[in-house]
Amino acid sequence: MQLLFTILLDGLVYASYLFIVAAGLTIIFGVMKILNVAHGGFYAWGAYTAAYFIGAASEMGLPDWFAFLIIAGSALAVGIVLGLLIERIVLRRLYDHEEILIVLATFGVFLILEDLILLIFGVNPYFAYQPMVALGSVEMGGIFRDVYSLTLFGVALLVAAGSWWMLTRTRWGKLITAVIHDREMALIVGINVRRLFVVTFCAGAVLGALGGAYIAPTVSVAPGFAVDVIVLSFAVVVIGGMGSIPGALIGALLVGLLRALAVHKLPELELFVIFLVMSAVLIVRPEGLFAPAKARKI
Amino acid sequence: MKPNLLKLACVFGLAASTALNALPAAAKEEFKVGIVTFLSGPAAGPFGVPGHQGAELVIEAINAGELPAPYNTPGFAGARLAPIFVDEAGGNTKQVAEYRNLVQKQGVDAVIGYISSGSCLSVAPVAEELKTLTIIPVCGSPRLFEEGGKDYVFRTTGHAVGDGVAAALYVRDKFGDAPAYTGINQNYAWGQDSYKFFDLAMKTINPDTAASDNPQFPKLFAGQFGTEISTLSLDKAPLVHSSFWDGDMEAFVLQANVRGFFRQKTFISTLGASAVDRLGKGFPEGVVMGTRGEYGLLVRNLDTPLNRWFVDRYKEKYGEYPLGPSYQYAQSVLALKIAMDKAAEAAGGFPKQAQIIDALTGLEWDSFGGRVSMALGGGHQAVHPVGYGITGWNKKTGEPEATGVVFYPADCIMPPEGQTGIEWLEAGMPGASC
Amino acid sequence: MLHAILSDKTVRLTALALLALAAAGLMLPAWVVDNMMFGLARGAAVLGLLVLWRTGLMSFGHGLYFGLGAYAVALSEHWLGLSDFALRILAAMLVAVVAGFALGFILRRYRDIFFAMLSLAFSMVLYGILVKTEALGSTDGFSVSQTTFLGWAPEGKQVLFSAIIAVCLALAVLVQMYLRSTLGRLTTAIRDNEIRVEYLGYSVARAIHIKYVISAALAGAAGGMMAMALGQVDPDSMVYWTVSGELVFITIMAGPGSVLAPFIGAIIFEFLRTYAFEIAPHAWQLIVGGTLLLIIFFLPGGIWSLLERIPFIRRLRHD
Repeated sequence: MQLLFTILLDGLVYASYLFIVAAGLTIIFGVMKILNVAHGGFYAWGAYTAAYFIGAASEMGLPDWFAFLIIAGSALAVGIVLGLLIERIVLRRLYDHEEILIVLATFGVFLILEDLILLIFGVNPYFAYQPMVALGSVEMGGIFRDVYSLTLFGVALLVAAGSWWMLTRTRWGKLITAVIHDREMALIVGINVRRLFVVTFCAGAVLGALGGAYIAPTVSVAPGFAVDVIVLSFAVVVIGGMGSIPGALIGALLVGLLRALAVHKLPELELFVIFLVMSAVLIVRPEGLFAPAKARKI
Repeated sequence: MKPNLLKLACVFGLAASTALNALPAAAKEEFKVGIVTFLSGPAAGPFGVPGHQGAELVIEAINAGELPAPYNTPGFAGARLAPIFVDEAGGNTKQVAEYRNLVQKQGVDAVIGYISSGSCLSVAPVAEELKTLTIIPVCGSPRLFEEGGKDYVFRTTGHAVGDGVAAALYVRDKFGDAPAYTGINQNYAWGQDSYKFFDLAMKTINPDTAASDNPQFPKLFAGQFGTEISTLSLDKAPLVHSSFWDGDMEAFVLQANVRGFFRQKTFISTLGASAVDRLGKGFPEGVVMGTRGEYGLLVRNLDTPLNRWFVDRYKEKYGEYPLGPSYQYAQSVLALKIAMDKAAEAAGGFPKQAQIIDALTGLEWDSFGGRVSMALGGGHQAVHPVGYGITGWNKKTGEPEATGVVFYPADCIMPPEGQTGIEWLEAGMPGASC
Repeated sequence: MLHAILSDKTVRLTALALLALAAAGLMLPAWVVDNMMFGLARGAAVLGLLVLWRTGLMSFGHGLYFGLGAYAVALSEHWLGLSDFALRILAAMLVAVVAGFALGFILRRYRDIFFAMLSLAFSMVLYGILVKTEALGSTDGFSVSQTTFLGWAPEGKQVLFSAIIAVCLALAVLVQMYLRSTLGRLTTAIRDNEIRVEYLGYSVARAIHIKYVISAALAGAAGGMMAMALGQVDPDSMVYWTVSGELVFITIMAGPGSVLAPFIGAIIFEFLRTYAFEIAPHAWQLIVGGTLLLIIFFLPGGIWSLLERIPFIRRLRHD
């Protein structure tokens, strides 16, 4: 019982983290049909920026809650700046190219973003543990948990609810839904698809950066730590259905819980259980578990 | 007359050429050495950069003849050492390619380097193939010399068997009544071997302490250990062994400390001491900490001229204490100098590689932290005492410290020549004199 | 048949280029020969991707077969003590072909990004298995001992270099023959319109399956050659998704124009990386990534399209 509870909780924490990172990836894919490898770059940049400023704020003696402002601010700043730059410089030239070429171009962007980090932030890891320490720990199911990781649920819920509200309750959301449904039709009825693309790409980038910024206080932020994140979030998105927010949620839950189960009971399976699920889902339902309905084109 | 003259010339020429062959190579101005450490990635901060700095400091001092006596002659056999620093990050296969590049393209005379046991195990066969002197300062897998003798590869530090046995002895001395132990180690040769050696040593030294059936082996550089910390917390065993060393050590400590992990468990870290200085007050007290030998935190206050010089100059130059890897890299550089000077003296001029290798084989010298002797692996593998202490925070100095430090002598913790670590441990450590 | 092969100008040019390389190998410094071997080995895997790409398919998981080939060499030595060149290449190709044939039944149903992603997933499953299994070397992998030739262990790398050139030449010729066969010519037809091909009475699924197995075999051979050239295998350098990404990168950089292009592209890539790493160790990914973007923007046909400005090479296209 205690074990089950622990596995559930561990799985949920990990799932929340995965969902935050994967949400941005899936939004970009849904609207723009771009599988964005540079998402890992947003993640890393978010983490570095947040870690740098949290460290600076702590040296200046600012209160600990200030760190949460820094995390939000870093995510927004990194997402919008990098999002605009990359959309303008790289993607805009390639919208009419083959999907594969665009994926590869974002791979190139990822490599560039990785080295820019090395050049700007140096090779030494950054620590930003102040907010995690400030929130302390709480006993749950017989073992202690850090409160900071538990707040990941809240952030994940916020992201889920926020994107649901954006997509279903706002004009932007309706336009986006129209584009997801049928890009050509949307163009014909006069939707400014290009502008929508810019907004979507930045929104996705902000989410990617948020994932990194929020996880930064719990890890040592070091070069190359985003490479794994890319495939992990790919797996989540593919399992859930590329382009679907509820899909990403389900995918994250599935992967998070299975991984927790594996670590506790069958550690040998830990690493490839995720990709095994991904392969299985792709074989049975190539569009993913929750793929958005495709318009029938005649 | 003429034929005789010709004959004479031939004989003379032959004699001259044999004499030339026997003579040492002409004096050299510059000795090119590739220095390989992690310059990027999660191992750079805690291991690569301190190692790089340790090597750099000592190379500059030796080139200028500024090391304390008896090492105060300038240069390496009189030559200036020109280092070429190379990044160890990027995986074993890349290291093999980079090693070939160093030797064949850059034309280095020797290589000092390799922190990860993954890289040193994959580079060693290439070093043998290219017949290039390679001194390994940090890498700790005993497999290096167990899988066949090496002619060109040396290691100036002890290996993981000593770390594990010393940890088990320390447990006996300080926590002899603990009921059980478990571990968290990285999923590669280093982590798997480290836990295996500790496990086997515990079975001999503390037979009443039971092993857990669920030790954890997360992926190298995984970074997030939330689930593993839960698993270890649920485990009843109060002792947790770990050979974490790079960014993983720091991330684990941060994540586990907030969860009160170190208040409930006795954490035995065989080489995570870099994190003690790097995290400062963020590092928990009461952790059993090793530095794999007379290095870093455990010998910081050792009062010998060589150690004082090293600590002071290092702090002066880099603004921090030298860490374990700083000592280990500095030790390799020092070993090279001593061997080259010795070989030069024997040869009466600048030594050839074979002569340096002869001098290095079985060498014994006083290093920064203590005496080191190349006693195993056919004179290619160093032995020295290995110790552990308990971490704490010194309020007076405002610096971290280690208390209750005990060092265990080399002939008590290392397998004898000709026996692999596993064989020796499984046989119950015969011949260990503790 | 032989006549057809010998009269193919691409075949002649490839043979000429590779033989010249073999001769040059006798004079080049060792590190250049090493990089050439790495480039040629990787080029064979890229050739496999080229076969797929001509149909509009791209695999983001060819590290799977590259890794299988490399590990076939390492494990056949570790378990059976094999060190012979021909046996090693055969083992590498055999393992890759078996795996490719099995997975092909699944993959032939997919196109576009799904094909790419499913390949990626399969390669990461292998990665997970290798990393987590101590008996398979875990993260460390294995060293691969020197390759022998019918019991002869030559000094230096020249013989291995020549042998790798011979294998690459044979592979390139076979692929060229395949591309010129009816089955191969379906390639472009499938890319343009699958339904039309079906109406012509050909099974698209089968054509793609065959293509996929050929491609796997090439990547397997490539991995095997890489293992022999390097003397080391490990999951991060042979199977991880970045390895597959590099192969795709070289395919785009080289361009789909000719069976010779993958080898040229891969050798250029190898030197680009060596020099970028040496000149700017903290910016080599930046250089490589920047090059990739520039090629996508300004040179959609890859490096081969530059070579095609030479009239003699341009004429090959209409051959």
